[in-house]
Formats: sequence, C-alpha cells, structure tokens
Amino acid sequence: NPIVHNGGLYKRPFNEAFEETPMLVAVLTYVGYGVLTLFGYLRDFMRQWKIEKCQNATEREEQKDFVPLYQDFENFYNRNLYMRIRDSWNRPICSVPGAKVDMMERVSHDYNWTFTYTGRVIKDIINMGSYNYLGFAQKAGTCQEAAAKVLSQYGAGVCSTRQEMGNLDKHEELEKLVARFLGVESAMAYGMGFATNSMNIPALVGKGCLILSDELNHASLVLGARLSGATIRIFKHNNMQSLEKLLKDAIVHGQPRTRRPWKKILILVEGIYSMEGSIVRLPEVIALKKKYKSYLYLDEAHSIGALGPSGRGVVEYFGLSPEDVDVMMGTFTKSFGAAGGYIGGKKELIDYLRTYSHSAVYATSLSPPVVEQIITSMKCIMGEDGTTVGKARVQQLAENTRYFRRRLKEMGFIIYGNEDSPVVPLMLYMPAKIGAFGREMLKRNIGVVVVGFPATPIIESRARFCLSAAHTKEMLDTALKEINEVGDLLQLKYSRHRLVPLLDRPFDETTYEETED
Amino acid sequence: MDIKRVKDYIYWLYYQYLLITCSYVLEPWEQSMFHTITVTVFAMVVYTAYVFVPIHVRLAFEFFSQILGGQPESTV
Repeated sequence: NPIVHNGGLYKRPFNEAFEETPMLVAVLTYVGYGVLTLFGYLRDFMRQWKIEKCQNATEREEQKDFVPLYQDFENFYNRNLYMRIRDSWNRPICSVPGAKVDMMERVSHDYNWTFTYTGRVIKDIINMGSYNYLGFAQKAGTCQEAAAKVLSQYGAGVCSTRQEMGNLDKHEELEKLVARFLGVESAMAYGMGFATNSMNIPALVGKGCLILSDELNHASLVLGARLSGATIRIFKHNNMQSLEKLLKDAIVHGQPRTRRPWKKILILVEGIYSMEGSIVRLPEVIALKKKYKSYLYLDEAHSIGALGPSGRGVVEYFGLSPEDVDVMMGTFTKSFGAAGGYIGGKKELIDYLRTYSHSAVYATSLSPPVVEQIITSMKCIMGEDGTTVGKARVQQLAENTRYFRRRLKEMGFIIYGNEDSPVVPLMLYMPAKIGAFGREMLKRNIGVVVVGFPATPIIESRARFCLSAAHTKEMLDTALKEINEVGDLLQLKYSRHRLVPLLDRPFDETTYEETED
Repeated sequence: MDIKRVKDYIYWLYYQYLLITCSYVLEPWEQSMFHTITVTVFAMVVYTAYVFVPIHVRLAFEFFSQILGGQPESTV
C-alpha cells in the first residue's frame, strides 16, 4: 500500500525530524560566544602589543604593511576558540579502526598549541566515529587474506594513470562487479572519493548548463560544481517545493541574459547527508526530474551499503529503479573499508567519462590490495562468497540504528535526521560543551567525533555518532550508559519532544504527472 | 555523607556556570579575570536592587492607588 502523502510516491513511512532549538539554549549559546569573542579580542590585543608571545601564523615583519592575511572571522575563530578545544580532533589512532580502537595518549602543556606524547596507548576505546558501517575495517578475515595475496602478487603501487599504464585487470573486474551490484549498465572506479566528485562534474556540465544543488551538499560536490563553470542555484535542504520552484523558473526564463534554454539541468543530491543524518526524498526528486526533463546526480557516499534490505543504497531503500538515476556516484571508503569512488550509469556516459574525466587522465588509479578489499567485501555483501555474512551485517546495522536512535530519543537528547540513517547527530549547541563532551567521553573510553563551526552553523554544534554492524549490543549499551551519564553531567537533554512537523503538503498542490506534449 | 552530596551539588552548579559562560575553555588567569568581573557586576546589581527597589515599589503603589482611588493625597 503506498503511503498517501506527497502524491502517493512513498512505499514506506518517511520519518525525519529536526527539533527546533530551545530559545533559552540559543540565547545562552550566543552569550557564550560573546564572552569568547571578548576574550579573543583581548588576547589579540596582547599579541599585537607583544605582551604575550604570538604562537600562531603571522605575516613577516616586512609584510606588516601589506593587506592583512589573518584578520577575517575564520582566522579569529581558529586562534581563539578552535585552539582552546583542539585536543578533541586529530587524535592519533594506532590500530585498525574497527568497533574498538587504540589511541595514543597526548598532553599539552601550553593550552593546545603543541602536543607531546606520553608514550601510553589507550586500548579498546569504543569507536563511535569511524565510517565503518558494515564493519569491513578488519585486520583478520577473508577480505584481509585476499588483499594480502593480491599484495604479494601485484605489489602496492600502480605507478601510472588509468589511461596510460595503470589499467589493471583487477580494475576491469571491479568495474564489472560494481555495475552488477548497482544494477546499472557500466561503472568506473577512481582512486579518491573526493576527486571523483570534483573531477567528474566538470566533465559532465560546463558553461550554459544549470546546476541545482542542495543547501547542505558536501564540499566535493560544491567544488566540482564551481570548477565546471556552470550556473549554480541552491535549493533548501531536502525541500521539494523549493526545488520545483527553481526548476519552473529555469525552464520558463532560461539563461539570465539571453533567455536561451539551458543546455542541461543537473540536480545534485546526496543519499545520506552526513552532518544532518537526513535521507534525500528520492521518489519526489525522480518525479520532478522526469516532469521537467533534467538529469540527476546522486552521491551515495554514506548510503551505499548502509541502506536498503540488501545494502544497495538509497535507490533500493525506496524501491525505485536504478535506471531513473542518471549518474550514481558513491565511495568505497565508508561501507567497504577501502578507499576510492565510483560512478555508475549508462554505457555511453561511462565510456565518455573514461576519455574525458580529469581523474582518469591525471590521477593514479586504485592500488591493487585496495581493489581486492573492495571486490571481496562487495561479493560478501551480495552473498556471492557463499555465506550469509553480508546479509547478516546489513540487518545488524539496521537493528543497531533503530535501537540506538530510539534509546537516545527516549533519554531526551535532541537527535537530528531520519529514523533509518546510521549517522546520528546529537546536538550540543554551546561551544564549551563541544570540548567538554569530547574529553568526558574519552575519559570513559568512548571515542566520538564532535563538530562545530565552520562545518555546521555557528550555534548548532553537534556530536556525530556513526553506527557500525561491528558494534554488538553490549557495546551499544555501554556507550548509551556513558552518553546518559555525560548528558546528565553536562545538561545536554534539551528535548521537549516537540517535533517540527514535516511539510507534507496536500496532494493537489504538487502534481507529479508528466505533462502531455 | 550529606555534606559531601551538598558539596558535589554545588561543584556541579559551578561546572554548569563554567560551561554556559564558556569560561571552561579559558586559561586560569582569564578565568580569574572573568569571575572577578562577573562577581563585581552581580554584587552591584544586588546592591542596587536592595537600595532602590523598595522605594520605587512604594512610590509606584502610591501613584497607582491615587489614579484608581481618585482622592487627592495630602502631600505632607
């Protein structure tokens, strides 16, 4: 039974919620930032008048009369807030980033300007920060043995680009496997996920084309869009009414000065947005794309392997056909425990990209052991290695996700995002709590990633948990107990269980039928 | 035992104050400066309230009762 909202396009309920910031918390956050800004000005004053030693980067003496390099807000923020809580980031780990990880302990004697290692290694920290959705980051098992065998056969380096001498038979095997996994005609693999986006979007669109990109797209998509030279218009995050308005304006008015029709309209969306934990409204995007005859570029970096009953990503999660998406891009970094990215689509598109993509022409191709890791893990997920390990992992991840999110919501934290996304952002808001949360969780042997400005809006800082199929229920229970304690200690339970309702407009306002020509 | 709980509770309140005003991330000398300024401002607010609020409340009460009652008050 299709769920009757938004045109009856959804086969399952779409539960996404972003609870509003409580007013008192927002005011107190601004108060905190105000205090930090005042002290920042004081310290900058002292540094300029040489009362205090200046330890950050400054211009040389001869360049003091030039246009200043470090006076903008980002550098001010960097010197005066980020440095004070810097010990929660760049923590060196010294083991495989599985469900548990070892970390090297470090201390700072001059308030995080420099760090020294004590030499001690903190062992078995529960890892809630690595993008290890299906638990393939392992140092023992079939993937590791296959990769070791290929390493002894091919070595580690490729020493060439894909077009010259770097096209191994392993790459061809991988690409056929990826195409079969996704259900597309053909696929191509690249060495780096970021470079896949930023180097291939310029090959697909150029001047005279229009790019409609989501507000919260990743830096690689933004960079690729800007490099291409096309006109970029932004629509509100996951808001289909905003996207439809932009599409209508584009078709009706055409290019800005000449009023000619756009050569191509490309919609850039992501499968799971990693800072919000939200899932794209794919059925509606595809309906809009078909109605207005534009192209869709779907970046499944976080959703491939993590969503869908057999791990084939957000297209399978919604029960749609992969032929509706023109360009399916993804990365191997998150769910497959390797590195690199891929693009899948029609055969003509991929053949075009093989010749014209900057990444294929100039970047070194994937290293053979990494390719073997991807091949083995993908076969495991598909079930072709003869076991049900892959299917069990996908189901374990879904169970872990539902359980963890439900427990956190019951405890009273503000959690953003969709019910089914394995990325769980927990809102912190106040800047001092960013540093305090990271440190308190490390004291209790749990490693988390905390995020602040500029990756998020300035008052909406958060802690981001990435669940994994390798987490057992005991590990999740331990983590939840500690999060509960730290939440009481730091007063993080802001939720008043007043959810902002999703804007499901009535059916007759948005029509998704194709117009008759 | 109770004294320890009370002391822990007061320390927890002090910790919340440090977190909300972001003095948790400041260096010790900055924290002392911030605490001095905050305590001074707070003391001045309390003193001003103690000196002026009762007089103002009494005057406001007289003013409103004169308007509402309508009887001329003798100004002695």
